[in-house]
Amino acid sequence: MSSSDAHAEEGGLPHHAHHFESQAQQDGAARLGMWLFLGTEVLLFAGLFLGYTVYRHFYHEAFHECSRHLSLVAGTTNTIVLITSSLSVAIAYDAVKKGKNKVAAALLVFTILCAIGFLGIKSWEYWVKFQVGELPGKWYHFSEVTAPGANLYYTIYFLSTGLHAFHVIVGMSVLLWVLKGVVKGKYGPKNYVAVELGGLYWHLVDLVWIFLFPLLYLI
Amino acid sequence: MSQSREHGNVDGELAAAPEVNYLNADRGVWSWLTTVDHKRIGVMYLVSVLLAFLIGGIFAMALRVELLTPGPTIMGANTYNRMFTLHGVVMVFMFMIPAIPGVFGNFMLPLMLGAKDVAFPRLNLLSLYLYWTGATLAISGMIMGGADTGWTFYAPYSTTTPETLFPVLLGVFILGFSSILTGLNFIVTIHTLRAPGMGWMRMPLFVWSIYATSIIQVLATPVIGLTVMLVGIEKIGGFGLFDATKGGDPVLFEHMFWFYSHPAVYIMVLPSMGVVSECIPAYARKNIFGYKMIAYSSLGIAFVGFFAWGHHMFVSGQSTFEDGAFGVISMFVGVFTAIKVFNWVGTLYRGSISVKAPLVYICGFLFFIVFGGMTGIAVATVSLDVHWHDTYFVIAHFHFIMVGAVIMAFLMALHYWFPKMFGRMYHEGWAMTAAGFIVLGFNATFIPQFLLGNAGMPRRYYMYPERFQALNVASTAGSSLLAIGFIIILIYLVFALVRGKRSVDNPWDSRGYEWMTASPPSKHNFDETPIITQDAHSYQKPGEEVEHVVI
Amino acid sequence: MNDLMRRLLFLPEQASTFAPAVDHLHYFVIAVTMIASLATGLVAVGFLFKYRERTAEASTPIVSPSVKFELSVIIIPLFFFLLWFVQGYRDYVWYTTPPANTTDIYVMAKKWMWKFSYGGGGPNAIGTIHVPADRPVRLLMTSRDVIHSFFVPEFRIKQDVLPGRYTETWFEATKPGRYQILCSQYCGTWHSQMWGEIVVMPGPEFDEWLADQKRGALANRVDTGTDDGPSFHGSIVEYGKKIAMAQGCLKCHSVTGEPHIGPTWLDLYDRRETLETGETVVADEAYLTDSMIDPRAKIVKGYKPVMPTFKGRLAAPEAAALVEFIKSLRSTSLENVPSKEAVYEPVKGAR
Repeated sequence: MSSSDAHAEEGGLPHHAHHFESQAQQDGAARLGMWLFLGTEVLLFAGLFLGYTVYRHFYHEAFHECSRHLSLVAGTTNTIVLITSSLSVAIAYDAVKKGKNKVAAALLVFTILCAIGFLGIKSWEYWVKFQVGELPGKWYHFSEVTAPGANLYYTIYFLSTGLHAFHVIVGMSVLLWVLKGVVKGKYGPKNYVAVELGGLYWHLVDLVWIFLFPLLYLI
Repeated sequence: MSQSREHGNVDGELAAAPEVNYLNADRGVWSWLTTVDHKRIGVMYLVSVLLAFLIGGIFAMALRVELLTPGPTIMGANTYNRMFTLHGVVMVFMFMIPAIPGVFGNFMLPLMLGAKDVAFPRLNLLSLYLYWTGATLAISGMIMGGADTGWTFYAPYSTTTPETLFPVLLGVFILGFSSILTGLNFIVTIHTLRAPGMGWMRMPLFVWSIYATSIIQVLATPVIGLTVMLVGIEKIGGFGLFDATKGGDPVLFEHMFWFYSHPAVYIMVLPSMGVVSECIPAYARKNIFGYKMIAYSSLGIAFVGFFAWGHHMFVSGQSTFEDGAFGVISMFVGVFTAIKVFNWVGTLYRGSISVKAPLVYICGFLFFIVFGGMTGIAVATVSLDVHWHDTYFVIAHFHFIMVGAVIMAFLMALHYWFPKMFGRMYHEGWAMTAAGFIVLGFNATFIPQFLLGNAGMPRRYYMYPERFQALNVASTAGSSLLAIGFIIILIYLVFALVRGKRSVDNPWDSRGYEWMTASPPSKHNFDETPIITQDAHSYQKPGEEVEHVVI
Repeated sequence: MNDLMRRLLFLPEQASTFAPAVDHLHYFVIAVTMIASLATGLVAVGFLFKYRERTAEASTPIVSPSVKFELSVIIIPLFFFLLWFVQGYRDYVWYTTPPANTTDIYVMAKKWMWKFSYGGGGPNAIGTIHVPADRPVRLLMTSRDVIHSFFVPEFRIKQDVLPGRYTETWFEATKPGRYQILCSQYCGTWHSQMWGEIVVMPGPEFDEWLADQKRGALANRVDTGTDDGPSFHGSIVEYGKKIAMAQGCLKCHSVTGEPHIGPTWLDLYDRRETLETGETVVADEAYLTDSMIDPRAKIVKGYKPVMPTFKGRLAAPEAAALVEFIKSLRSTSLENVPSKEAVYEPVKGAR
């Protein structure tokens, strides 16, 4: 959001808004704004992590058992998909900085495809859970785990992965918008902050998953 | 805002005035709704928060009237419960939190920094629109569907009440988002847009307090956003997150709620401390005493304030160890406020004080913040809190801070910066009279409530045992004085806006940086970027020899 | 002096051992608060007069604080604050630590009433409890619906009552009399009417009253527990047995002394058990109730942690009845004469 604001006034060439003294100042502001925004995002997820911690403490066996019933293959694949997409977005940023917009565009397309792939795998996982009744709260009717707390595990599972998936969609849209600029030649060696910030946001999405994956799937 | 604009059309004097300012540079409602000018956004916030204050205030008066008798007086129990919820939600989320940052932060911050605007002007407008959306959703939701949980939304009550809570929760979530974006904008502005020569230690103290406030807004608000959404989701889905019968834990909700809502107290009170730090040097015509201590103590409050939330939960069943830990941390928060108070009083010492209406508020503020703050320390004293918790003592304590300190500062700011914002002057005599009503009425309203709490009257009581009646009547009588004060202010300020004397650029002869430009400022604030060559709040003329005293 | 201050501050009577301790600290804190805030306000007003503007162009000196000044404004308030904290926390730790040999009463809160049940075959009651003076009384409290809070202003005690959890508080009343119980945590429409009464009786009188209740002299009984839930006529032990069967406790716990999936209940009460962790624990009322709520916290050695939690599935009187049932299972008294316990019959019309 902050990135869109700082750059919306730009035309084909970099030029800063009237209230900034220089392009560097404007870029600095945009960067700081994005980092702060990422900070608020981290705290948004922190609430869910707190819920996870507390209920894991209360019902550690149920949480452990439930995590055995997630598809480790799907989770690992998704982790690899996301890490790869983070790498490609980082390389795309570097390419824009060097003026290789075509390479950058290809890499961004690849990143967005990764995001779609991630969402696809996630939906499949959800679908399987719906089939066997591993659902949150009162809809829980999975016979293999009967320990108390399983319903809470799935509540937190669906809330946190759902919120994360929402962020994947937002991140994807941001990258699409960046892609548009890259293709049109709006961004280049002198004007790459939007690409940088879009990439940063994508790294956050990745980072949240890096925490969710072990908490939900592994331990 | 539209009055002042239309006024620009009809009033020959202003139309003929040579200067073009931000108020008359563009015309039409559309130009206001699409503006990215931080000053216009500030004015729109002013109108919005005053409207919210009016709504919240009317509900407060209705509550006070209801409490005149121990039994039912003018409304039923459910109406009463909805009404105190409305009062709380409107006052906290729509008035207290956005009031000073939204209005004066927006208007003054860039002026004080010597900037042309905030860092992200469009984001700023978006914050305002989010505020409107959230406020509309929450208020209409509460009026149409009703919400009877109190502004604290405690689970499992909130997740099991039959009332439709969802619009209110969504409204609070959106208001939170607005608050986050404002805070983010301010932090970036302060970091990147300071005028040449303005180092961190030359920033006006209002800027420091807004900076500290913004940090809390950015870091704490996402948690309340998530928490109210969890309540909403829980209410729809019945997942059992906070429901003990399904394995959930209601105390977890309390922790998540207070993790935001305790720092939120500082979101409300820190900006008001900033206003006082601006007004005292201006009216005492004297350098601020202990600049660094005041600046750092703002950051200290912001930091320590994050770790004190558990003192709202001493009787919730958390462990005795937690109670002790949160209790002792709370003591340290109090010290930062004490530092500020001593430095403010120190600034008055040996000044040349011009006694104007804001000074009445300053004296009131000093009394309220010390009494309100120290009764806060008292309720954080674990054994005493057992008796006081959830009684009118707590109500009186936080109203001393929220109304006593914050409203005093809001009115102080409104009077101090009124000529800056509108280029007009209000009637000083009426301003003094109203200030007298407010300070006296405030004491008369809330001191009886301290005693009610001592006597053991719990909060959120629609009916009460007869032994509490005398004090309740006293409190209601006091609140009518308070209401009269606000009505007087509304009348003379509206009058000043329409027919007030033209003010000179700097009527208080203040050295605040915001006064370096014309009043009201031009659309782009400064014709050329100012260069800062001295410390903030300096009252020496260049080259003037003055006495240096160290006490 | 104490009485004068108490009246000035509108504080209610001091009717428990905790109340004077709280009040003395209260006087100290409030006196310092009053002095500090009035002094600040008055000094500010005084400066307004003393240093008011004489000429428009008067210049003012630069006054800056010395390190000594700044340190003193930090240390002096902090000293007072920490002093209060230390004193307050000491009192509080005392208040949160019930002594041994308390009279235990189970409290269940629901919208919008208080229900009480006495252990040891005592009566159930709604709205009013009788307690002895000068003896510690412990309340084991839980809620059936939302959070409530048990508040007795004269005793200066308050404790939130949570659904699905037990919280406890205790007090030692010092003055016989009748005191109001108020709910202080907002709980809905009639939150403001969720009142009850504590009747404090001199010790011997209380014993007599309780014995009377247990004898079941129906004419003298306080209103007996009725509830939306299952009402039961009979002794509390029989009630407990019925709950044990209904909840399925006896599928895993025998009452004959044979170990089954769980430990036997025979002679369980007051037995010293060795836990998985090697610690030992005495199976008292607290352990038994805890084990219903959080069964896996303290597993007896040799047993598997398979018991589900009964958190939220047992109301206070039910948990109390189960404990009483377990207490009644003594091997020496297995072939005992019929119980002489009180017979539970609700008073007609009591609600």
